[in-house]
Amino acid sequence: MANLKELSKHAERLTGGHRLCAGCGAGAVARQTLIAAGDTPVVVVSATGCLEVSTSVFPYTSWKTPFFHSAFENSAATCSGIEAAYKSLKKQGKIKDEEIRFIAFGGDGGTYDIGLQSLSGAMERGHRMLYVCYNNEAYMNTGIQRSSATPKGASASTSPVGKVIQGKEQPKKDLTAIMVAHNIPYVAQSTIGNWNDYVTKVQKALNTDGPTFINVMTPCRLGWGCKPEDSMEMVRLAVDTCIWPVYEVVDGVYKMTMKPRGGEKKPVTEFFKHQTRFKHLLKPENAELLASIQADVDAKWNKILALCGEK
Amino acid sequence: MVKTMFSKGKIVAKTGNEIMAEAMRQIAPDVVAAYPITPATEIVQIFSQFVADGKVPTEFVAVESEHSAMSATISASVAGARAMTGTSSQGFALMWEMLYIAAGLRLPIVMAEVNRALSAPINIHGDQSDTMGARDAGWIQIYSENSQEAYDNMIQSVRIAEAAKLPAMVTTDGFIISHCMEVAEVYPDADVKEFVGEYKPERALLDYKRPFTLGAIDLQDYYFEHRYQLAQAMRDSKKIILEVADEFKKKFGREYGFYEKYEMDDAEIAIVTIGSAAGTTKAVVDNLRAKGIKAGLIKIRVYRPFPAEEIAKDLSKVKAIAVLDRADSCSATFAPVYLDVVAALYANCGDKAPKAENYVYGLGGREISLEHIEEVYMKLDAVAKGTKKASTQVEYINVRIK
Repeated sequence: MANLKELSKHAERLTGGHRLCAGCGAGAVARQTLIAAGDTPVVVVSATGCLEVSTSVFPYTSWKTPFFHSAFENSAATCSGIEAAYKSLKKQGKIKDEEIRFIAFGGDGGTYDIGLQSLSGAMERGHRMLYVCYNNEAYMNTGIQRSSATPKGASASTSPVGKVIQGKEQPKKDLTAIMVAHNIPYVAQSTIGNWNDYVTKVQKALNTDGPTFINVMTPCRLGWGCKPEDSMEMVRLAVDTCIWPVYEVVDGVYKMTMKPRGGEKKPVTEFFKHQTRFKHLLKPENAELLASIQADVDAKWNKILALCGEK
Repeated sequence: MVKTMFSKGKIVAKTGNEIMAEAMRQIAPDVVAAYPITPATEIVQIFSQFVADGKVPTEFVAVESEHSAMSATISASVAGARAMTGTSSQGFALMWEMLYIAAGLRLPIVMAEVNRALSAPINIHGDQSDTMGARDAGWIQIYSENSQEAYDNMIQSVRIAEAAKLPAMVTTDGFIISHCMEVAEVYPDADVKEFVGEYKPERALLDYKRPFTLGAIDLQDYYFEHRYQLAQAMRDSKKIILEVADEFKKKFGREYGFYEKYEMDDAEIAIVTIGSAAGTTKAVVDNLRAKGIKAGLIKIRVYRPFPAEEIAKDLSKVKAIAVLDRADSCSATFAPVYLDVVAALYANCGDKAPKAENYVYGLGGREISLEHIEEVYMKLDAVAKGTKKASTQVEYINVRIK
């Protein structure tokens, strides 16, 4: 496990003063990722999105480490080009023998949807890089449109609640399983509200010789409709309700790394009731839909427990 | 017939694709990221064999799409590597978003591009619709008439791109050049290496002790200046292109400029075109000259930056011109090269500008013959003599219209 005291000794590489919202999880993801890297040299790339636009408004930057952004759908391909350049220049003796690590960030839209091909390609090619999907379950930067990571029943601006449709009709895509299917050495799910779990996973990923992927549930207080001061608690509730199982897959072997607090699985309503995107689900007329969502979560949780050898 | 112009040169028989791959081997970039597409596939296929055989130190990234090819080429360049790629047509179209980013970030990427028609309908043969569509992307565009030019242009482009801090694409006409075996002169590895020199980027992302951010958002307060600087860099690159050509001539003996003038000294009528059709046109010019018709040709090599003043000056001396475009614009007006040539004439020559016609030819690899080109010259002759009015709309060569 990560030691906070040890980690705090390293210089910060994401400065304050960026323009992310109060209560935003994306800045915490970037900061904790860099904290986890300690003093290892890292080159960071990001897909277009809140993290990128809020931390690099020309002529300012929050990044005290090399940072590059070019477009929305290509964070993984971009990281792979830098890693290839590193290998080439190192092989030719054009850069010194220092170990540099490569980290790509993308939101769920830039990862689950438009960047999926780029991500799949980079993972298959085996570049030594960590891809972090900061997953807040919708296209928050453009105004809360549904993505394939948006859960069933959630209201988003392109899957709104109306007279005949109650939010997103489809369940979210299981991107983590897709990454596991790439047979890469390290895949994990975590939340940014569980800092030690996340930081430990980043450290493991950075120490892995090969492509690695972490899907980190990250709150967006605007998109989720929760209080800024509650946003970190929101993602912890996602763990308590088993909506977001927290586990890792090392060389194909699943391991649960966190369980619901108190050992008891909470009903999904404990996660929903604090967020306006789910408030329609708590109405009596949507009881059947709510029950089906609970059933989906239970089934998925049981599946993960079985994969982790806990059932 | 190609003769050696360089004392240590060697005559070889190579297709356009083979010779572009050969140039890439000699340039030995640090990173190549590419995806297969007809008719450019061979370039990276041959190159990947060089990698497999350890003949180049290059990291070859076999990406899953052309969008990723350009994305990885861009990031490798930002990282501090000399980076190259190659593509054609649909692949080029898929790169579109990233083409503008490569230019906007001022990255000296060199791309081997094989000109091919764009879908739909799908067609694998040569025309210039692909790169013509990206003529305003901020890339230097250098077109080649044959294998020799493709080879020489590739070598020069590395120098040009790195000095201008602009990406550059070197093109050949699909199949007509890419798959046609021709005799060409190649130069020894050491001489090419010396000419190309070592890439020394101003800054590199991998130089983590001097961290910087690239790709930041530019708002109303900076974007315009950066775009102005890009446009200015394109204007400034004209000088660089001529300097590199001059050095190339001194080293290897072959002369290159923005365009080639063929029988233009006393020409009364002239065709302006780009790429392989120039070779056919030269043969027609020779035939017409034998008959006493003062025909000439301007073959544009450097289309971006467009040599407007220079070309206007040379064309101002003739009475009638025809611009032959191997791409249409679907704009209800004229095709791309005509628009540039005529704008240059209007701005620089005013009333003295020659009469000008626009012909679109060869889309999807449609044949263009000596007879077709001779017919254009005959019409120009009539325009020059005042017995025919210059057409005010695009004319089409060798297409079934009705």
